[in-house]
Amino acid sequence: MDTQLLVIGGGPGGYIAAIRAAQLGIRTTLVEGEFLGGTCLNVGCIPSKALIHLAGEFDKVQRYASENALGIRVQQPGLDAAQAVRWKDGVVRRLTGGVATLLRKHGAEVIDGWAEIVDGKTVDVRSQRPGGMQTRRITCEHLLLAPGSAPAALPSLPFGGRVISSTEALSPASIPKTLVVVGAGYIGLELGVAYRKLGAEVTIVEMLPQVLPAYDADLARPVAASLRRLGVTVQLRSTVLGLNDSGNAVRLRDEKGAEREIDADQVLVAIGRRPRTEGSGLERLQLDMDGRFIKVDSQCRTSMRNVWAIGDVTGEPMLAHRASAQGEMVAEIIGGAKRRFEPAAIPAVVFTDPEVVAVGHSPAEAEKAALDCIHAHFPFSANGRALTLEGGEGFVRVVARRDNHLIVGWQAVGPEVSELAAAFAQSIEMGARLEDVAGTIHAHPTLGEAVQEAAMRALGHSLNV
Amino acid sequence: MGIHVIKMPDIGEGIAEVELVAWHVQPGDVVVEDQVLADVMTDKATVEIPSPVHGKVLSLGGKVGDVMGVGTELIRLEVEGAGNVAAGAPPVTARAAPAPEIAPARAPAPGPAAPAPKPVEAPPPAPMPPVAAKPAAPMTRAPGEKPIASPAVRRRAFEMGIELRFVPGSGEAGRILHEDLDAYLARRGAAAPAAARYVERHDEEPVQVIGLRRKIAQKMQEAKRRIPHFTYVEEIDVTELETLRTQLNERHGEARGRLTLLPLLARAIVQALREHPQINARFDDDAGVVTRYGAVHLGIATQTDGGLMVPVLRHAEARDLWSCAAEIKRLAEATRAGRASREELTGSTLTVTSLGALGGIVTTPVINWPEVAIVGVGRIVERPVFQQGRVVARQLLNLSSSFDHRVVDGADGAHFVQAVRRLLESPALLFVE
Repeated sequence: MDTQLLVIGGGPGGYIAAIRAAQLGIRTTLVEGEFLGGTCLNVGCIPSKALIHLAGEFDKVQRYASENALGIRVQQPGLDAAQAVRWKDGVVRRLTGGVATLLRKHGAEVIDGWAEIVDGKTVDVRSQRPGGMQTRRITCEHLLLAPGSAPAALPSLPFGGRVISSTEALSPASIPKTLVVVGAGYIGLELGVAYRKLGAEVTIVEMLPQVLPAYDADLARPVAASLRRLGVTVQLRSTVLGLNDSGNAVRLRDEKGAEREIDADQVLVAIGRRPRTEGSGLERLQLDMDGRFIKVDSQCRTSMRNVWAIGDVTGEPMLAHRASAQGEMVAEIIGGAKRRFEPAAIPAVVFTDPEVVAVGHSPAEAEKAALDCIHAHFPFSANGRALTLEGGEGFVRVVARRDNHLIVGWQAVGPEVSELAAAFAQSIEMGARLEDVAGTIHAHPTLGEAVQEAAMRALGHSLNV
Repeated sequence: MGIHVIKMPDIGEGIAEVELVAWHVQPGDVVVEDQVLADVMTDKATVEIPSPVHGKVLSLGGKVGDVMGVGTELIRLEVEGAGNVAAGAPPVTARAAPAPEIAPARAPAPGPAAPAPKPVEAPPPAPMPPVAAKPAAPMTRAPGEKPIASPAVRRRAFEMGIELRFVPGSGEAGRILHEDLDAYLARRGAAAPAAARYVERHDEEPVQVIGLRRKIAQKMQEAKRRIPHFTYVEEIDVTELETLRTQLNERHGEARGRLTLLPLLARAIVQALREHPQINARFDDDAGVVTRYGAVHLGIATQTDGGLMVPVLRHAEARDLWSCAAEIKRLAEATRAGRASREELTGSTLTVTSLGALGGIVTTPVINWPEVAIVGVGRIVERPVFQQGRVVARQLLNLSSSFDHRVVDGADGAHFVQAVRRLLESPALLFVE
């Protein structure tokens, strides 16, 4: 055996697993073909948040260039797109460099190369060396698959030319004049809003009847209102047919069945992500599948002994923090601990303007799960801190069981509410009741007061509404 | 009122720490002088710790299974008068465990030597620890509903192999707390629901390997780890021996006590060892020395309620059949009653293990390390045997003997067993020396 644990993929699942395993004294090798940090650090969560921040700042200054409520006066601002991308790349480099340092510090070996799985214990790694491509065969006791996912393509709009994925959209050479975003999920909305704030004319096309279709209508409504205010055009119930003949517009069939064309310098296809279960010889293992995902049990074991899988290849939700939690767990199991993956909830955040956060059951999901629940929301229009942030829209909502007031879900939409995910997830994991949250003093003046007030309101004694 | 602290006494023999194997009292109990408070265990012997004073138990210094140093606080009593420590003085050891942790365990063998408690003031029943006293919290969950517990509780339960859906939660909204897990562990197995015969069972019971069981486990592991065993099984015709034994018992049974097979076997072993001294030995493999003994100190493996113990028949070579029989009987009784002394439980040079009527066809006995051999006795069965062309009924016995192959060659072991066989098959040889 060359190594005890071989990790394929250096994303937030794989690198966490490798660090934890190395900490536990397991001989660990991590193979990454592109960049340490995976999609999350390089072409996902982090660069998109950098771009969103950048766009937000630029938008602010632009608003200040005209009449504004705050009374700020500035000259017409400009944007140096190349410098903006350099700044974003700097943030990314700092984080990926940190991952490399952590792996080295804990003694995990990192191989820069592409893995080709031979069997459940053998992997060939092709690396670019001064003398050309070289292949090295590595045998291992445990194989951990963490290859992640890639942007899904639309058959009618294959990637290439004007048609780009989120990866390209995160490193714009310049800001296009017109951008059509296909898909009003969180990726499409986050990037669409950012591009709009940077000056593009943005049209978002969605097949379903609302933006953020994964979330309920109450949560999506303030986001849709903000899109209108920002001047983003939203085409719901519309199907994309492809590019027009000259390739400079997107053809779509709208809700009335009429065909239309929308000019597009660039088309961002953001219809979701597909697990990377093909290539790298993964098929050779003939693992049991669960639809398009690799089937794993509650300990992330695949159908092959000592072959483990974590992260986006193992199913929804495809989120970095889920992958990391799975990776840490697998390392500990290999290290001899008894563990299983059984979170009470996995939080999800959307960095639109306003932001959205959801943890646990929504009222509709609770009903579907046959839980008899009560729910209550507290509007940010009654929260002092939200108003000082110019963010009076949105709310915090709590869902709890009627019989024992056990909290089963939290949702919020509003300014900076992604940070509330910590409090939401913790209260659910700890099994908090409405009374627990209502009885906890929340600092004034913060957005968090709305959390306490929502719990109070569910108990029927709200003080500030 | 004063506080009297009893420290772990020095048991002697240079022992620095002992294992606490049973508590006979709980906090709140009233104890009288000489009443047994706890059982502690040294290398082999279990020793009872009596109370030197009258008083009321305030706290216990450890829990069952703890290994405690001599001189650490064993128990704290409230007594009339001044006591022996200043009131409110902190416990001498940091190990003064909170009372509710102690499981009310009964001693396996109190033994007739235990001083009888004075009948005047019977100790009131000990107050139950608070967790156990709480009635099992009503399950607030419907069947199939997910139990509520914090991540730390879930992890701990999973590590202990406990399914949380079977654990009642006493917290808000039926939340399962760490205390609920502790309580569940403490009473698990006690209140199993009336079981249908074909219900799937998911209960597990962790049994702490402490006290004698721990000693046995260590000893067995040591033996199997260090010693490459080989086992040699031979069938022995004991028809003549049994006839002789029956006659001896008829003739002398009343006056001298009845003989079992063991004293006869002991005699045969003693005689066979004269020509095979390498069998009656102890191998100090760390030093690389085998010590052969003139004396035959025969270990007699004995099953007790607490587990396997090996009292020693000293100087078997110097005893006649009846002396052997009487000593074996006395040792077995003392051991089962927990009264065997440390001397009576150590120093064997060769061990005999007998399952009596249970003794199957073959056993592979584990050598009583650091000895180099063990003789296992099976049961006697009547079987048809060819003798001079005719089938006759004979009493047959299988001896299964294991040897330390590092210092006993296969031939040596076989020769020894064959010598024993010759003696047992022609018992007259036992008396013609």
